[in-house]
Amino acid sequence: MTTVVNQPAAGGAAQQAAGLPRLLPAAPEDLRAHLARYGPAPYRNQSGALIADIEASGLAGRGGAAFPVHRKLAAVARAGVRQGRTVVVANGAESEPASRKDELLLQLAPNLVLDGLQLTAEAVGAAEAHLYLHYAPGPQILRALAERAARGLDRIAVTITQAPPRFLAGQETAVLNRLGGGPALPTFQPPRVSERGLGGAPTLVQNVETLAHLALIARYGPRWFRAVGTATEPGSMLTTIYRPDGKAHVREAAIGTPLRTLLGDGAGVQAWLVGGYHGTWLPVPDTAGFTLDNASLGRSGAAAGAGVLAALPSGRCGLTEAARVTRYLAAESAGQCGPCLNGLPRIAAALAELAGSGHRRQTLDDLKRWSGPQNLVEGRGACHHPDGTVRFVRSALAVFEPEISRHARGICSATDRGPFLPLPPGMPTREEDWT
Amino acid sequence: MAETLRVNPIQCSGHGVCAELLPELVTLDEWGYPVIDPRPVPPVLDRDARRAVSACPALALRLVSR
Repeated sequence: MTTVVNQPAAGGAAQQAAGLPRLLPAAPEDLRAHLARYGPAPYRNQSGALIADIEASGLAGRGGAAFPVHRKLAAVARAGVRQGRTVVVANGAESEPASRKDELLLQLAPNLVLDGLQLTAEAVGAAEAHLYLHYAPGPQILRALAERAARGLDRIAVTITQAPPRFLAGQETAVLNRLGGGPALPTFQPPRVSERGLGGAPTLVQNVETLAHLALIARYGPRWFRAVGTATEPGSMLTTIYRPDGKAHVREAAIGTPLRTLLGDGAGVQAWLVGGYHGTWLPVPDTAGFTLDNASLGRSGAAAGAGVLAALPSGRCGLTEAARVTRYLAAESAGQCGPCLNGLPRIAAALAELAGSGHRRQTLDDLKRWSGPQNLVEGRGACHHPDGTVRFVRSALAVFEPEISRHARGICSATDRGPFLPLPPGMPTREEDWT
Repeated sequence: MAETLRVNPIQCSGHGVCAELLPELVTLDEWGYPVIDPRPVPPVLDRDARRAVSACPALALRLVSR
């Protein structure tokens, strides 16, 4: 199992001068330390006031989709005026097994996340707040809630709900399904949850890291937030980085940081995985000049996602790694939509055959048809699971093409056959695993 | 008012009635699930589209105005 290391400012002086890390203290901060550092949450006592600041800051969601936060806030606030009630949800169900940043953030700075939750509740006029986690809440978060309650700091109570540790459990509609007492399965939209969410109320679901950034913007303003990052993608983001040693390092990085600074110069590395298991393989050194922002990554069809970055060492078989992850992703399909239910297991089986020795010619043709540009899987599910999986597979086929030819001749170039990318220990197999 | 066909992929169980009634806008993938033409339904197919919607055994097909 990997260990998570909080790695502050390993980029050296430049990163420290930029005021990073903003979110992660070196050790868990209780309420006293939090208040000494930041003071109490700066309520605006006026709904909507914070939304203008968030818009000016350019904050985008840090759960993976990078959706502009102010637009969600404004949509929920507006719908709330019509419907008379709204709900806010802090989403800490970091379902992607390779991502460890939200868990670490909640351990080290739970009060920052909870400040953000209270401030968004005020901004959208919510009287109901939830914290959604894919594990039993740790002592830091429970202590933070108790300390805040004892001092009367929170305006509304926070209900914790535990989700199953499934890949799709953190998907927005799955979150609402679970909070409503059902299984953590995605549902078909519309209506959007910002219009009709939990119990029919307009609902704001924000990733916990997003809420922590929001709590700081509320204090220090949009200009402070924009002091790092790029003009179109301001601020910093938490990343979970796997260097060739295979250990997970959580590190806060300015958006726009060269991938090289985060992943090393590429020596002894054959490919980078950017954006996690719904992400994209990038060949090294061809993409060694890329930076951690969607403008740069988008040129290769990649996106920063929730900040999972991995450097696959030369001695590993990328094809085998991709096949393992794809098998996991196929098993994580909710099995609700035909194209995903039928497509993903076939894609996974075909990739496993390629990762073996001497595949049938038809297998590669099938795989290209299922995952290529004109594929019949992408965009046809209720959620984006088939899309993300196909993106991952398509990039693997492109980047590891030479390895596919080698395997066809019965040769694997790996010197180390052990698994590199982390997967949860037991593969889910049962219906009730969703609840 | 331009309308487009939309399938709820969770509801859909791949009966294939839509493709039978409206082959101009619906084809089936290799597993029998509908692939819908995303363009607005042309007026000449309006009646067939409505028939396909009401004939769907899973009530998964809809016309939405965009």
